[in-house]
Formats: sequence, C-alpha cells, structure tokens
Amino acid sequence: MIQIVEYAGVILILLGGIMAVISAFGILRLPDVYTRSHAATKSSTLAVLLSLSGTFIYFWASESFISVRLLLGITFVFLTAPVAGHLITRAAYRSRVKLADSSTEDALEEVLRKAEEKIEDVTEDDNDPEQPPN
Amino acid sequence: MIQTILAISLSLYIIAILLALYRIIRGPSMPDRVVALDMIGVNLISAVAVFSVALGTHAFLEVILIVGILAFISTIALARFVERGAIVEHDPDR
Repeated sequence: MIQIVEYAGVILILLGGIMAVISAFGILRLPDVYTRSHAATKSSTLAVLLSLSGTFIYFWASESFISVRLLLGITFVFLTAPVAGHLITRAAYRSRVKLADSSTEDALEEVLRKAEEKIEDVTEDDNDPEQPPN
Repeated sequence: MIQTILAISLSLYIIAILLALYRIIRGPSMPDRVVALDMIGVNLISAVAVFSVALGTHAFLEVILIVGILAFISTIALARFVERGAIVEHDPDR
C-alpha cells in the first residue's frame, strides 16, 4: 500500500516534468511576449504544483512526514506566479513592446488612450501645465 | 524504478531550464527575458523538490521557500525597472 502511494507521488513528479517541458516549448515557439507569458505562468505553475504535491505525497507515504514547508511553498507559488506574470506583462505593455503581427485586436490601446486624455484634461483644468500626465 | 523515474523527470526539468535559457539569450525585448527568468526560477523549485526526493532528505525543503520568494521579488523588481526605469522611486513631493 505504501509502495502504491509512493508511486503515485513519483508519477505526479513525472507529470510535472512533462508539463514543464511543454511550457518551455511554449516559451520557445509563441510569437510575442504576451502569448509567451501564458506559457510561462499558467503551465509552469501547474508543473511546479504537480511536482511539489508529488514530493509532499512521497514524503508523507514513505516517512509519514508532513512537511509544512512544502505546503507553504505550494501556497506561495500558487499565489505569486499569477501576480508576477501580470506585473511583467503590464510592464511590457507600458514600455510599448509590440504585439505579434498575427494578433488582430488590441482592446487595451483605446482604453489607455482615453484615460491619458482624461488625465490631460484634468491637469489643464488645474492650470498646471508643468506637471506631466502619469 | 523510482530512481529511474526521478532521473527522467529531473532531466525533463533541466531540458525546460535550457530552453528558457535560449529564450533569455535570444529574447528580442527585456520583458521576454524577465518572463523566461521567472520560469527558470519556478522550474528550479521543482528541480530542488525532485532532488530532495531522489536523495531522500528533508534538508532541501527550505531552499524551495527561499528560491520561491527570491524569484518573486526579483521578478517584481525587474518589472518595475522595465516599466519606470527605477526600482525605488525618490519622490520628494509625496
């Protein structure tokens, strides 16, 4: 019985490895930074979650050792990976990295332009042209 | 048998890290490189976990937490650097 649970943990680790390679191919093949961040955040997080839970199950089965550090690591990665992906994609858009040529629509551009016009209007009303928008 | 599967998955993680390294070297823009660096950090966490299973020790489990925190903080710092050109802003008006 313990053997079966150990094998379940190791199989989870193997699945995580396959997932990591798939996401690495995504980061290699996709055309621009916005699509690459999909591969880097979603499937990479799945890979690390699979491997950490596999490690947790393995240690639980083989040595009946419940590792709080592993649980904390799982929670931390699960919380921070989407935040980091969002931040770096936002920074990429703000620093005007081009979208891929095959992308058809940029819905954020219009919204950002309207917001910047609004900020300019407000600063003009305050008679403070020295202060740049943003 | 378990050791074989662990060796296979460890080499899969190493392949993933090498592919991300290619993107870091090649990457046309700075955010591309940061995304790939973040992915290397995440894969490194998994590799450390697999390594500690293969050696049968608990000693490396702290490393998982530390590497996770460091990867997150460095990604955020690099994102702020890419966006504004400075990590800590000195704004005297605030």
